[in-house]
Parts: sequence; structure tokens; C-alpha cells
Amino acid sequence: MGVALVTGASRGIGRAVAIGLAQDGFVVGVNYVHSESAAAAVIAEIKAAGGQAFSVGFDVSDESAVETAIKTFVAQAGGLDVLCNNAGIAIDGLAMRVSRQDWQHTLDVNLTGAFLCCKAASRALLKSPAGRIVNISSVVGEQGNAGQVSYAASKAGLIGLTRALAREYAARGVTVNCVSPGYIETEMTAAHLTGEKKSELLKRIPLGRVGTPEDVASAVRFLASPEASYITGQVVRVNGGLLM
Amino acid sequence: MSDKAAIETKVRELICSQLEVSAEQVKPESSFTDDLKADSLAVMELVLALEEAFSLKIDDGDVEQIKTVQDAVDYIVAHTAA
Repeated sequence: MGVALVTGASRGIGRAVAIGLAQDGFVVGVNYVHSESAAAAVIAEIKAAGGQAFSVGFDVSDESAVETAIKTFVAQAGGLDVLCNNAGIAIDGLAMRVSRQDWQHTLDVNLTGAFLCCKAASRALLKSPAGRIVNISSVVGEQGNAGQVSYAASKAGLIGLTRALAREYAARGVTVNCVSPGYIETEMTAAHLTGEKKSELLKRIPLGRVGTPEDVASAVRFLASPEASYITGQVVRVNGGLLM
Repeated sequence: MSDKAAIETKVRELICSQLEVSAEQVKPESSFTDDLKADSLAVMELVLALEEAFSLKIDDGDVEQIKTVQDAVDYIVAHTAA
């Protein structure tokens, strides 16, 4: 069917996307930066289900590492059809207290990292008969959230990156879209999804529950599929109705 | 690779494969965008292929000056002097 690379695929949403794309028949590159054993577990799970996966360790914010690793992966897997930029970090704090360093680090990973991966993967994607880029944004990038200035800015930036790239690559049939999750139960959101915070949040979500990584993966799987060939430059919200 | 004829052959090969045109269409005066129907993405992909094949970096300003097959050959010859 094709080859997919998912960044930050050892945990959370990225893990569900990697496993889901493998179920759809993609050979999947499972990227991680620190969690090598977690990535190995994802690969083992994919292989146990009869799929194919490679471990692709690199830091998305390290330009030369990105270039080398993507080149090697494309050669190993025999091309690239889908790039899902999911790797992301959140360093919370009110704007007045956010250090330049934490701000920069968040942008480096979440936004610059996605750009560097798009850049390194572009030649292979442009050669693909059905190239796809899916960037994982966030409801926080669309709506803002107190205490998450850098995360919000990086996720909003991904939407601009998505739309500009969608225009650049449209001539080759490569689609570029964002999936914008609401509150999803992962390690990253664990601190936000406890006790009173969680019950307050649930009141704002029409569907009355937080999302699962699989809810987000479903949207990514659709955008990566041949059925989504006429959808580009869009932001697909997976948020239970939190933002409409 | 410093031999001019060898460079020219290689450049022509890359143009044929990247722009999906036949060798007969690739004349020295052929313009990438007008004669060989390359869009801006195709020109950029060709530039990347040339950079990789000849291990050099073509500055963005120079890219704009490379409009024809001969321009590309001349540029590579000038920038791969042994």
C-alpha cells in the first residue's frame, strides 16, 4: 500500500497513529527520540498483528539528524507516501514566567521539527503517487489556553505551515492537512485531566468525554487514505465538540 | 568529475529523468520552464538532484539565473573546477 513515517510514535497519539496506519497496510517508520524501548514495543505490536515497521530514532529539531534518518528510512522502506508530524512537547507556565529557553525549545520541537521533517521528506513525497502530510495541531493552537503560550503558538504555527505547504505541493497531488485534537487521554495531558479540572472540562465537551489516541488516529488514517485525495489545507478537528 | 563533456552528459541525464523529457528535447538553449514545461517545483527538484549528483550547493540567487540547459551545464562546470 505504501510507506508512512510517524514522528513521536512511541507513545500517546503517535503510537495510535503508527499502529493504525500499519493496520491499513502501510510500512511504518516509528520515530522516537528518547523512548527507544517504548518504540520497540510499538514495533513488536505492529509485527505481531502482521504489519511491518522500522525503528527510526532521531530528534526532529536536529536538522542534520532529520535529513540523515529520513534519507536512510526512505532507502530502507523503498519510498515515502505519508508523513505524520506528531512529535510534540508542552512546557506549561504563565507567559510572564516562561523563559526564552522553554519558549524556543517548544517551538523547535513542535513547529521547526515538523518543518524540517517536511523538508527532508519532500522529494520522496513528491515522487509518491499519493503523497500525504498530516500535521498534528491542537485545539489549544486554535483557541489559546492560559498557561500554554509556547504550545499554543507552536500549534497555531503548524496550521500556517500546513496551508502554505498544501499550496506548494498541490501541483503534485500531495495533500497537506492538520488534525487538531481536543483533550486526549495521554501522558502529556495527564496533569490536566484529573479531579476537578477534568470534571470542569467535561462540562465544556458536548460529547461528554475526553478523547482517546485512537479517536485522533482515525482522522489521520482517513486523511492518509486514497479516499481523502481531494482534501488539502484543512484542519480536521477531533475534539468532541469542544470547539466548533 | 571535472571533465566538461562528462558533466554535460550527466546534467542532461538528470534533466531527462527529473523533468521526464526525452534526450532529443534537451537542447542547449531549451528553457526549463518554457520549452521543457517544468513548473517551479520541478525546477527545484532538478536543482536538488544536481546538487546531490555534483556534491555542491547552488545558492538561491544562482538558481534564478539557471534558466536553460546550457546555463545548468555552465554553472556546474564553473563550480566543480578540479
